[in-house]
Amino acid sequence: MAAAIIGSLGLSACGNATDDATSGSSGSASAATKLSITFLPKNLGNPYFDTSDAGGKKAVEEFGGTYAEVGPQTGSPDAQVQYINTAAQQRTSGLVISANDPKAICDAVNQARQAGTKVVTFDSDTDPTCRDLFVNQATAEGIAKVQTDLVTKGIGDTGEIAILSASANATNQNAWIDMIKKDLAANHPNVKLVDVVYGNDDDQTSFDKTAALLQSHPNLKGIISPTTVGIAAAARYLSTSDKKGKVYLTGLGTPNSMKEFVKDGTVKDFALWNPGDLGYLAAFAAKALADGTITGKEGDKFTAGSLGEYTVGADSVVLLGDPFVFNAENIDQFNF
Amino acid sequence: MSRTYADYTHPWWRRLVVSREAVMLALLVGLVVWAVGNIVFFGTTLTMTFLLLDTAPVLLIALPMTMVIITGEIDLSVASVVGLSSVLLGDLTRSGMPIALAAVLALLAGLACGALNGYLVAYVGLPSLAVTIGTLALFRGLAVGLLGTTAVTDFPKEWTSLATSQVGSTGVPLITVPFLVLAGAFALLLHFSSFGRGVYDIGLSKQAALFSGVDVRRTVLVLFLLTGVVSAFAGVYFTLRFGSARGDNATGLELQVVAAVLLGGVSIFGGRGRLLGVVLGVLLIGTISSALRLQGVTVNVINIIIGALLIASVMSTSVLAWLPGLTRRKSPGTSPQKTPSGVGS
Repeated sequence: MAAAIIGSLGLSACGNATDDATSGSSGSASAATKLSITFLPKNLGNPYFDTSDAGGKKAVEEFGGTYAEVGPQTGSPDAQVQYINTAAQQRTSGLVISANDPKAICDAVNQARQAGTKVVTFDSDTDPTCRDLFVNQATAEGIAKVQTDLVTKGIGDTGEIAILSASANATNQNAWIDMIKKDLAANHPNVKLVDVVYGNDDDQTSFDKTAALLQSHPNLKGIISPTTVGIAAAARYLSTSDKKGKVYLTGLGTPNSMKEFVKDGTVKDFALWNPGDLGYLAAFAAKALADGTITGKEGDKFTAGSLGEYTVGADSVVLLGDPFVFNAENIDQFNF
Repeated sequence: MSRTYADYTHPWWRRLVVSREAVMLALLVGLVVWAVGNIVFFGTTLTMTFLLLDTAPVLLIALPMTMVIITGEIDLSVASVVGLSSVLLGDLTRSGMPIALAAVLALLAGLACGALNGYLVAYVGLPSLAVTIGTLALFRGLAVGLLGTTAVTDFPKEWTSLATSQVGSTGVPLITVPFLVLAGAFALLLHFSSFGRGVYDIGLSKQAALFSGVDVRRTVLVLFLLTGVVSAFAGVYFTLRFGSARGDNATGLELQVVAAVLLGGVSIFGGRGRLLGVVLGVLLIGTISSALRLQGVTVNVINIIIGALLIASVMSTSVLAWLPGLTRRKSPGTSPQKTPSGVGS
C-alpha cells in the first residue's frame, strides 16, 4: 500500500520532467537579469544574525538583486540542509551561509554548487572544499591585538592586568591569550599580566571570579575578558563595586549586553566585529562570484559597496578587517 | 423483522470513501497536483528525492511507533536513540572498527535501549510516558557525554554516498527500499497476524486482552524492542546521510514522529489507527513543508500551519465519528421510533 503511494508521488513528480527543463531555463534567464541572494544563518530569531542579514539585505538592495532570508529555528545541520536543497532547486544565484557544522552540510552545498549556485560562508566556515569563499570576521591576531591595544591605552601603559577567560581548554581564547602575552612582552614592558582566571562562560562563575580577582590583586588596573559572557558578568560586578571607574575593563562583548555598563561609565570601550558589515561584505562577495567578477581564487579583487575594495586571500578567504571598537558614541546604533 | 449485522453498517464504498486513509490520500494527491501547477520548481523529481531523504527517519520510526501508540503506550526516547546510535557509529568508526561492525553494534545498542524501556513499562509496570521521558534524557545524555561537543565526520565515502544514492536514475532514494520492506513487514504484523490483533486488543482494554489470551507483557516488550532497533537504524542512516555523528543529532525528532502518527489517524488513547494512514500523514507533513519552503515561507509559519493541521485532524476524528450518526437519523428508512418517551407526556 505504501509502495503505491510513493509510486504515485513519484509518477506525479516524474511526469513533469519537461516542466522541469522549461522552468529551469526561465529560472536562469531571470537570474541573468536579476541576481537572487539568499541568506541562511545558523538559526532565525538570533539578534546577531538579524544584524548581519540586515547588512546583507542593504547590500543586495544597493546592487539591485532579490534578497531572501531563510533558516531553521534551531541551529542544527540537518535542518539547514533542507534550506540548502531548497535554494538549489530554486537555482538561487548566491547562497550566504553560516554553517552549523563544517562537514555535515557539505554534500548539500556541493550539490547546490553543481546546479550553479555560488556559495559564500560567513561567521562559521565549512570545510574549504565545499564553498566558493569564506568571509572571515577577524583573524586571531587582529582580535588579540585590539584587546591589548585597548587595555594598555586604558591603563596608561603601566601596571597590573588580569584576564577573565571562558573555559581553561577553550581553543580560541587560549590562542588569543598566548598572542596577548607575546604582544605585552614585546611592546609593553611595564604592563604585567598577573593572573588568568576562568569563568567557564557561566554568568555566575564569571561574576564570582571577578570579585576574587579584585580581592587577590588590590593593585589591579585592568581586566581583559575575551568572551561575551565574561565581560558582561565582570561589568556587572564592577558597576556596583568601589572599583568602578578605577579598574579598566575591556574585551569582546555584544552591544546589547554592554550598553548599560557603557552608559553608566563602568566600561569605556570594548571590541567585536560589526556583523552588519560582515553580512554586507558577504552579499557583495556572493554577487561578485555570481556575476563572474571573481572565481574565488587567491588574489581576486572585488568592490564591496561603501566598504571599498577587497582581495581574496589564501584558501579563498576574505577578511572583513580590523575588529570594531564599541564606545559610548556608537553603541546606540547597534542592536545585537 | 429480523436484521443482520450488515444492515447496521454502511455500504462498502461508503466505508472506503469516508475512511481516514482515503481523506488523507485525497489531501496528499490534491496538494501535490496543486503545488506542481502553482509553485515554481515543485514539479521536479528533485522535490520528491529531497522529500523522501528528509522524511526517511520519521517514516521509519513511525512504523513501530504506530503500534506502540495503538497499545495506548508511547515512546518519546526514539530521537535520543537516534542520537546515541549516531554517536556510537561515529566513535567506534573513529577508533578503527570496520564501519559495518560499528553499524551492527549501533543497532544492538538501539535494541538494548528498547529492552530497557520495554522492561520498565511491561514488567515493572511503570507508565511509558514517564519512563521514556526519563530515557529521552538518559540516552541523549550518554550520546552527548560520549562525543562532547565534537563531531565525527570521517566516514568512508562509499558509505555516505550509499545513504544518498538513488534507485537507478529514478530519483527515488535508496533508503526507500529498506523502508518499503519494513513497511510491508509491519503491515503484515499489525494487520494480518494474531500478534497485531493482540496489539489492538491491548489498546482497547488491557484487562480484556489479558483474559482473551494475549501475552500483554511480551507484546509490549517486543514493540519497544522494535522502536529501539528501528530508531537505531534511522540513526545510522541519519549519520551517513549527513556524514556527521553528533550528540545532538535529530533532537526533537520524537515530536515529529508522534505528530505524524496522530495526523495519520491513530488514537492517542489506543486501539485505533492503521499504518497506511500514518505513512500518508508523514508524507503529507513533508509535502506541505517542502512546498511552503519553496514558496519562501519561514519556518515559524510552516510550524504554525502544521500545528493547526494536527489539531484540526484530531478534532476531525470526533467529527467523523459523529457524522454517520447524524445522517442516519435523517434518512427515513432507518429512523428510529421516537414515540416511547416523547408521546406519553
